[in-house]
Amino acid sequence: MELTFQIRGGDFTSAGTASSKVRRTLKELGIDASVIKRVVIALYEAEVNIVAHAYNGQITASIDPEQVFLKLVDEGPGIADIERAMTPGFSTASQQVREMGFGAGMGLTNICRNADVFNIHSIPGKGTTVEITIQIK
Amino acid sequence: MNSDIHIKPFHHALCIRQEVCIGCSRCMRVCPTEALRVINGKATLHPEWCVDCGECFNVCPVKAIVVEDDDISQIFSYKHRILLVPSIFFAQFEEKLTLDAIKGILYEMGFTELCTVEQGADLLVDEINKYVGEFDGEKPVISSFCPAVVRLIQVRFPSMTDRIIRLIPPLEITAQYYRSEYEKNGVPLEDVGIFYVTPCAAKIAAIKAPVGGYNSPINGVINMSELYNKVFLAYKQKGTNENEYCNLIHSSLSSTGVRWATTGGESSNIHGRSLAIDSMPNVIDFLERLENEEIQGVDFLELRACDMSCCGGILVQDNRFLVKERIDKRAEELPARHALDESFRQVCSGYIPMERVEPKAMVKYHADLTIALERMEEARKLRKILPDIDCGACGAPSCEALADDIVCHRATLEHCVLMHAHEVDPDMMEKIWGKERFIKKQVKK
Repeated sequence: MELTFQIRGGDFTSAGTASSKVRRTLKELGIDASVIKRVVIALYEAEVNIVAHAYNGQITASIDPEQVFLKLVDEGPGIADIERAMTPGFSTASQQVREMGFGAGMGLTNICRNADVFNIHSIPGKGTTVEITIQIK
Repeated sequence: MNSDIHIKPFHHALCIRQEVCIGCSRCMRVCPTEALRVINGKATLHPEWCVDCGECFNVCPVKAIVVEDDDISQIFSYKHRILLVPSIFFAQFEEKLTLDAIKGILYEMGFTELCTVEQGADLLVDEINKYVGEFDGEKPVISSFCPAVVRLIQVRFPSMTDRIIRLIPPLEITAQYYRSEYEKNGVPLEDVGIFYVTPCAAKIAAIKAPVGGYNSPINGVINMSELYNKVFLAYKQKGTNENEYCNLIHSSLSSTGVRWATTGGESSNIHGRSLAIDSMPNVIDFLERLENEEIQGVDFLELRACDMSCCGGILVQDNRFLVKERIDKRAEELPARHALDESFRQVCSGYIPMERVEPKAMVKYHADLTIALERMEEARKLRKILPDIDCGACGAPSCEALADDIVCHRATLEHCVLMHAHEVDPDMMEKIWGKERFIKKQVKK
């Protein structure tokens, strides 16, 4: 089962659409609530990252009987220092974004905490790819 | 995963009389859990999905859906016959039929004691506030008052069952109180019959098969609409004799209690941020938002299945707005705490906690994830073929429901009446529904 979503940078009103559709799908499949929760937290954070930082992006959620695999590819400024971006509390968010309740600097940390496997690749000036795997059993 | 499913089926208080049903599909269209289908010209219920909300009962044009209550004559198998009456019951009658007159008529019917149901509410307010204040799980705490909502959460929002408050509703507190009083006075419990007048079907199901490891002391449930007719008939035929009614009437009630079953009756007494939401579509919408974590910082939720809460109960006779008006009027005359409150606190405190409500998640495709994934994939393909106008002529409430039924081998693609009609007369069908809608299915076929 594969679900794909197109994300537009700066569209905060639609942020969360992908994670709520994925939630519904996992629920209809009868997947354990604790697994759904981890998937949704990780996906939501990654989705908001695209909205907040990139120009546009695509999310693919692949569900099989063993795992949920999420791939988020964006075109955007990229991340120059990934290690620094992964530090809890580190944020580049503008005041405007913070006022909307985003940009606390916990995004990547939260994704990492909820993922079984987490990969991030970035080319500054081009974009970022995030891969998240969460085991179902 | 899903280990809680199939432990025991729900007890249902709504029943479809097959011989009366005309298969019009009205009930199928309003069911909030899509638990109804039309098969062989009759409405057919999926028992594990039904939450006893009664939406189907409200829309049935031929009264084919009935509430399975207890016959009033069974009260005479007990020496002491206690009737627990909700304030909603009294509020259905016009003002000229006074509270005392109604009580007199009920006493003449054979009840030996009448008690207002919401006497347990005053004590419960403090218990709920304590519970919500000390609750260390995920908030909001959700009220256990409306049994249709409790079932809805069990079936459609199973991850939220731990939010349901582990305290019994006021009806059960009051029932426990009177049972204890008789026991204390040395009356053998087999002589004590406790009866409840219900405004809805969900309460019957909840009394017969309670959640949270609880057993109700209520011996029988009487249909409010039938009792209304009996009282009204007695009044029309004989008038009232107010001198003869029983002196064992416990009508002691507070303004909090009398309002409890109306919208906001609970939430207005709870500290912190508490919300009151009524009617099934609103409740479902709110729970979906809550599940999506769109709603933060709410401490307590009062959720009721019926519009205007119990004033709009399916067995309530008068207009729900008028019922609410009479209740509000009565509340103005009542004290903040009722006379028996102290006694209730002494007797009932130990009875109030219950265990957690167990989840009973709907199995949409299959309990085995591999099969469920295959079926979901297949259903998604079918949805692209189906016309997506939810006409219901296939006997399922929506194209999505038909697709799910097909992949679960409960229906076939031939059930789609629109696709047949297009084959017979494409011009006419396209004139109404457009070419596009039918092109996509021809490509796929």
